[in-house]
Amino acid sequence: MLIGKKKEKDVEIPSASLSDIVFLLLIFFLVTTSIDTEKGLDLVLPPPGASDIKIPKKNITNLLINEAGEALLDGEKIEISRISSTIKDKLLENELLIVSVKTDDNTEYSTYVRVIDQLKKADAKRISLAEPEKD
Amino acid sequence: MEFKKKSKINVAIPTASMPDIIFMLLIFFMVATVFKQYAGLKVQLPDAEKIQKIPGSKRHVVTVWANTSEQVVCDDVRLKKLSDLRNVVYQKLLANPQIKIALKIDKADKMGFVSKIHEELRKANALSIYYFALPGG
Repeated sequence: MLIGKKKEKDVEIPSASLSDIVFLLLIFFLVTTSIDTEKGLDLVLPPPGASDIKIPKKNITNLLINEAGEALLDGEKIEISRISSTIKDKLLENELLIVSVKTDDNTEYSTYVRVIDQLKKADAKRISLAEPEKD
Repeated sequence: MEFKKKSKINVAIPTASMPDIIFMLLIFFMVATVFKQYAGLKVQLPDAEKIQKIPGSKRHVVTVWANTSEQVVCDDVRLKKLSDLRNVVYQKLLANPQIKIALKIDKADKMGFVSKIHEELRKANALSIYYFALPGG
């Protein structure tokens, strides 16, 4: 009676294609790696010489930012951090709403980016830039 | 009569050194590749939360830097006047109609200056812009 039947055959894993596998992995990671980590907020500028398009007043909400970094939404003062929730509510009522952002000449860019960020957070797709107020 | 004398010798090309050759090639191309990188200007970017990557290839991105002393650099061109921006961008747009503008503007800049840049880009018909920002906010 044979219990342990020892096999004398060579049971090696073929390693000839190992380098192919490694190259496939290497190329896969080369292609999928993205080196740039820089990101930004997207916005589409109005085309040059755009004629005034008539928009019903109820579809526009005015957002003004002064040089001190204070925001005025439809005539009411608002904290910048609260813009997104307010705009979100307004968008629920009227999905055609256009946010018209107006800044002062001396408003800091960082404040403006914070406001645009808030609008992006509220998923406002229609953002309009108004000319800065001249003194 | 026998015509063909079949050789029984294995005539395989030796492939043992193939990885070495490929690594040599790989290292050569790694060393020879130059990443397109512009020096630009030193700016302090603002913070934002809802930032996103610019979709598509980096090839289609034109970067515009603007610092607090109102210097403007577009890719590798240092502009003497802000009004030159429209020409530079317009030429780039003609060469590649699908470019997007990446704006790297210092966070301490004033909006009056930023909207002048907006005006120039509008005149060049480069309308798709990205305000670069750092994650955070």
